[in-house]
Amino acid sequence: MTTPAIQIIDLHKYFGSLEVLKGIDFKVDRGEVVCVVGPSGSGKSTLLRCINLLEEPTSGQVLIDGIDITDPSVDIDQMRTRIGMVFQQFNLFPHLTVLRNLTIAQEKVLKRSREEAEKVAMEMLERVGVADKAREYPIRCSGGQQQRVAIARSLCMGPEMMLFDEPTSALDPELVGEVLDVMRSLARDGMTMMVVTHEMGFARDVADRVVFMDDGVVVEEGPPQEVLVAPRSERARRFLRMVEEK
Amino acid sequence: MTTKKRRVGSWSMATVVAYLVTIVVISLVAWVGDWEAIGRNFFNLKVARVMLPEVLTVAARNTIFYTIASFFFGFILALVLALMRLSTFLPARGLALGYIELFRGLPALVTLILFVYAIPIAFDFRLGFPGNAIAGLSVVAGAYMAETIRGGIEAVPRGQMEAARSLGMSRWRTMFTIILPQAFRIMIPPLTNEIVLLIKDTSLFYIAGSTPMTRELVKFARDFLQGQRNATPITVIAIVYLIITLPLTYLVRRLEARMARGR
Repeated sequence: MTTPAIQIIDLHKYFGSLEVLKGIDFKVDRGEVVCVVGPSGSGKSTLLRCINLLEEPTSGQVLIDGIDITDPSVDIDQMRTRIGMVFQQFNLFPHLTVLRNLTIAQEKVLKRSREEAEKVAMEMLERVGVADKAREYPIRCSGGQQQRVAIARSLCMGPEMMLFDEPTSALDPELVGEVLDVMRSLARDGMTMMVVTHEMGFARDVADRVVFMDDGVVVEEGPPQEVLVAPRSERARRFLRMVEEK
Repeated sequence: MTTKKRRVGSWSMATVVAYLVTIVVISLVAWVGDWEAIGRNFFNLKVARVMLPEVLTVAARNTIFYTIASFFFGFILALVLALMRLSTFLPARGLALGYIELFRGLPALVTLILFVYAIPIAFDFRLGFPGNAIAGLSVVAGAYMAETIRGGIEAVPRGQMEAARSLGMSRWRTMFTIILPQAFRIMIPPLTNEIVLLIKDTSLFYIAGSTPMTRELVKFARDFLQGQRNATPITVIAIVYLIITLPLTYLVRRLEARMARGR
């Protein structure tokens, strides 16, 4: 049996006295694409942010490739280079050019030379289709371009897995497609992906598995045809009706 | 709004009254004032000429030098304090907060006396003039600027730190390569304001026993005030101060307007 890329064991997270995650267990295998869906406030984003320790779990374990990253002796900065993260708000560095956005962590963390970092950066920009914006500042790019740059920035670190936190929620509807296309091609290339999303179409087409969360617990998980088409739980059915009405 | 204001032409009654009062006051002052005495005592060109060129080549130059020195050391101190304030280590936060509250709560003059007279006697910390005075003013400036810097850092969206951290960059590296460069842009107007305040605060150095060559503007003016038995030196340095401070104040306003537009 191979070690899963991500394994989460009895994860609890409190914000003050509010319990946001109430004991989560699940795993993501290598090369698998898992979409996490559910109503807002259900803890999906918090769960995702616990996986690279942007949120500190209150209790439980997060194993990345078999290594428990909640163990304080683990070098979290090193682990994070193996876990790409894409945010709803892109979070590009506005004071740096697109190219510099992609090279700075390569140079400072991976200790690559400027030339090598730029070569990797241009490859990745090419891959997401925004190579022509390399010398521009992020503000000069559309939302869709910015999000693709953000994906490229993560890819530059050579991650083994990618986390997406509602990557299309801040985009104008006409720009959603170009970002989803990039994510689709990543999935095709065998990237391990965990995607928190409201894009049910994307989840249906691309996910190997869909996890439905509500109120801090995993209510249901399985292949998209089951969870998104014929859910067993009443909560999931209600949520899907609400989404379809929109 | 249902209350109708009484109007004279397109002016409201209140505006008309305000203008009338102003005109009456100005005429009274002009009529009562002893213009000859005012001119002789405050705008005496002969006295002013005696102050040249030292008022610029010595006094103004020293004032500017003391300001820059205090700003420089104050800024370094403030940066350390701001980072301590934002640290996850509780004692560091407490220490920085205590420092900031203490030196913002005291009059700058008290801190200056502390550094120029009390501390040299107590701990043999003697830098002489202007060293001790600059140290004192830097300590005060550091306390004020620490809060400005902290505000600037906190104004940078949280996502910037998160994005850099998820690329594997450490907290400190992120602070210096990602957060601070953005924070400084936000801080330029309030820091320029701080320079204006510092220019004026260097006037407190007059208590600190300077020599003729190390006098700043106020001490310089006081020496002439006594020597010449005339108030013109104050007018002269007031004008010099304004020549330095007004462009800076104007610059701050421009920068703030530009930033307001940029957001």
